[in-house]
Amino acid sequence: MDTRDVRFSILRQENEERERIVQIEKGVMSLNQRYADANRARFAEHKLLVLNVLSSPGSGKTALIARTLKDMAAEFRVGVIVGDLATDNDAERLRMSGAETLQIQTGTVCHLEAAMIGQALDAFDLSKLDLLIIENVGNLVCPAAYDLGEDFRVVLFSTTEGEDKPLKYPTMFKRADAVIISKLDLADTVEFDLEAALNNLYLVTPKATVFELSAKAGLGMEGWYDELRHRFARLKSAQS
Amino acid sequence: MHEVGIARTILDIAEDYAQREGATCIKTVALRVGALSGVVPEALEFAFEVAKLGTLAADARLEVDYLPIIAYCEACALEFEVKDTFGIAQCPLCTEPTASLRQGQELDLSYLEVI
Repeated sequence: MDTRDVRFSILRQENEERERIVQIEKGVMSLNQRYADANRARFAEHKLLVLNVLSSPGSGKTALIARTLKDMAAEFRVGVIVGDLATDNDAERLRMSGAETLQIQTGTVCHLEAAMIGQALDAFDLSKLDLLIIENVGNLVCPAAYDLGEDFRVVLFSTTEGEDKPLKYPTMFKRADAVIISKLDLADTVEFDLEAALNNLYLVTPKATVFELSAKAGLGMEGWYDELRHRFARLKSAQS
Repeated sequence: MHEVGIARTILDIAEDYAQREGATCIKTVALRVGALSGVVPEALEFAFEVAKLGTLAADARLEVDYLPIIAYCEACALEFEVKDTFGIAQCPLCTEPTASLRQGQELDLSYLEVI
């Protein structure tokens, strides 16, 4: 008998026995989800309506929020958290509307995460707010996967971006509670086909509420404000 | 490109479980990735190859089980697989689109093979 052969086979057998399966069955996003749930509990405690506003860069998130702050100042006490890779230009622009505004500079991170929001919340007195608007990083891909603890997820796309945006980013649009078609005042100039856009939205996200508006021209804003009023009233009555 | 962050999270969870099991080396990391998870598979695989260096999973293979979208039409009480590349979930019976999804948003770490 060749002893070396025996030793080799014993070694191999040991290795095979040591190799084993570890079952995990865990969501990769579970850590973010834990922070999101903690945020959600804090929002509920203060009866705060929280919006997560998402779009590609340049769709008009900041313009929409600035106009909303101005027009709703008498009705709601609003706080704003703005996420950008760099600069605090958007926060500066929104601060001019008089709302308490905090800028999160994400550096190279292409989205906001629930933990970032959790930290940012410490800068606000939540008991003095009715509405918290989170302007996410301009990006229609990555932020879709990150729950921040919001009640109301709003996705914008502008008439200048074309009718097929919802088809190109179904992951984002399918998770939207509401979709805003922005820059309606430019629709004719850029030959935007509103009917085709609405049809695309219906196919991709049939349950989302759709608003067509221009924050700059002040077109169609009332429907949007009514939605905020309605959601805020529902939140108040559900919890009291 | 949030896949680098996601690859790191996957490796953190994997190393945590492997250490608890007393393992010294992770051979396989098995994932379930839904078509609407928001993750680009190729980007995740690339990010994993870079992020795994220096971890217990330095020699590990990523095994990805891709899950198609499965939707549900309430009117027809029908569950169906969505084959449309744009993710449009139209019921094969009544042709109406549905927002009700049964599968496709998963991003799960299912198991490890360790030594």
